[in-house]
Amino acid sequence: MNELNEKILAIIEKNSKISIRDLATILAETEENVAKAIFDMEKDGTICGYHTIINWENTTRETVDALIEVCVTPQRESGFNRLAERIYNFPEVESLYLMSGTYDFCILIEGKSLMEVSRFVSEKLAPLDSVTSTATHFMLKKYKEHGTVMVKKSRDERQLITP
Amino acid sequence: MRNPLSQKIIGIKPSGIRKFFDLVAEMNDPEVISLGVGEPDFETPWHVRDEGIYSLERGRTFYTSNTGLMELREEISKHVSRDHHIDYSPKHEIIVTVGGSEAIDIAMRAMLDPGDEVIIPQPSYVSYLPCCVLADGVPVVINLKEENEFRLTAAELEAAITPKTKILVLPFPNNPTGAIMTREDLEPIAELCIRNDIYVITDEIYGALTYEQEHFSIASLPGMRDRTVLINGFSKAYAMTGWRLGYACAPRVIMEQMLKIHQFAIMCAPTTSQYAALEALRNGDADVQMMRESYNGRRRYLMRTLKELGIPCFEPFGAFYIFPNISELGLSSDDFATELLKAEKVAVVPGTAFGDCGEGFLRISYAYSLEQLEQAFVRIGRFVEKLRAEKK
Repeated sequence: MNELNEKILAIIEKNSKISIRDLATILAETEENVAKAIFDMEKDGTICGYHTIINWENTTRETVDALIEVCVTPQRESGFNRLAERIYNFPEVESLYLMSGTYDFCILIEGKSLMEVSRFVSEKLAPLDSVTSTATHFMLKKYKEHGTVMVKKSRDERQLITP
Repeated sequence: MRNPLSQKIIGIKPSGIRKFFDLVAEMNDPEVISLGVGEPDFETPWHVRDEGIYSLERGRTFYTSNTGLMELREEISKHVSRDHHIDYSPKHEIIVTVGGSEAIDIAMRAMLDPGDEVIIPQPSYVSYLPCCVLADGVPVVINLKEENEFRLTAAELEAAITPKTKILVLPFPNNPTGAIMTREDLEPIAELCIRNDIYVITDEIYGALTYEQEHFSIASLPGMRDRTVLINGFSKAYAMTGWRLGYACAPRVIMEQMLKIHQFAIMCAPTTSQYAALEALRNGDADVQMMRESYNGRRRYLMRTLKELGIPCFEPFGAFYIFPNISELGLSSDDFATELLKAEKVAVVPGTAFGDCGEGFLRISYAYSLEQLEQAFVRIGRFVEKLRAEKK
């Protein structure tokens, strides 16, 4: 990967809101080059989307987040991949990882209620042929997500004027 | 009753920043955006803070040696050698101080006799002149010029030298202008110092923060090491202002005397800070790199913004300040800063806080997030438009 792409990614990973114009200024590049680099990375799947980190606790929306450990029997030929596909296609599934260690898949899921999450596990996930066991852990509090601390109020601790 | 005060102290003007600080503090308005801060907006990197905490847990709560932890001095020696190719003995030529400020003070006190002249280029940090006066020196100010991008020229220096000149203060990369001096700029300065037997105090506290080019230290020029006190610290490079930790490197004859003052006035720099600083030097290169890149982006952003607003400003390549020229807008620096604060609630520091020749300029710090800078400059732009409309 070239240097410009790397620099762009480092910035927009933290701030996807930044304009092409500001990005170009900050990197001492032309807007044209930056726009093209971003377009190319979007096209080749390097940039997969632009999402917003939201602290839902500050809103009226009620959500329940859970982490589900899943043990499976890998399938002949396709190994874990086909099974993974069957799982990640459920829209409830936020993230899915294949893990080393005592279980195989790690699922992050967001639901409206405890009920909704447990229904997903009991009705959709557990019945899958290759799934041998699941363990569901509900999240009690989010401290940090995507490198962003959710619990701390950001306040400038500095004096207003210093030499 | 007798006057309890020293005439020498009474003669020293209070810091020009103080007045402005009081003005902002009095407003006590959460809407105020301050671009007036002379310290990084980053918190100290966590691994550095963690070492500080760990040192407390381990019970390292005692004095260190007067000159500072040997390990820390060794690490400083390695860093200076790596960055500037100058070797200082950790045992005899390096001292850990309470910020760069203490180093400035004890260097002057160690080297000056009453009447010795100290050449101080301005605009520059607020403490050189008072420290010189406190050490019974006579300050000789050189007013740096915008047309030279606020670098010190050999001609300016030569004109200020007298038989009494003992020290030249070199404050680069510069607060408040952001100016730097390159090797080519420093060579004729060094030559003059050697020819006139002048010592140099080079304050390189912003040395880690130069953009587009590496910082160069005058101490690394031939013949300069033995007539230079090199001052640096952890505040700006590692975002450690509140830890109060700096250092000085100097030839042994000077260092021995600086140590005496430090010994009697300070004893030793804070132990917790020293352990944290050790971690910063050992494992903090990536942090410095990250912060430098971030400042550089903001620097470019502000240069563009000023250009769009039609406010002239030379391009600074060091520290985290820009020093725009607002003289054509019809207000003095002080009035501009005061009016801007009142009308648009943006705090900047008038250039005059750093010397009379700062008249016509403002110090704007970019140790702020892009979002804050953007908001502040919308307001500054509106203020400037209004001034221009009034002038017509």
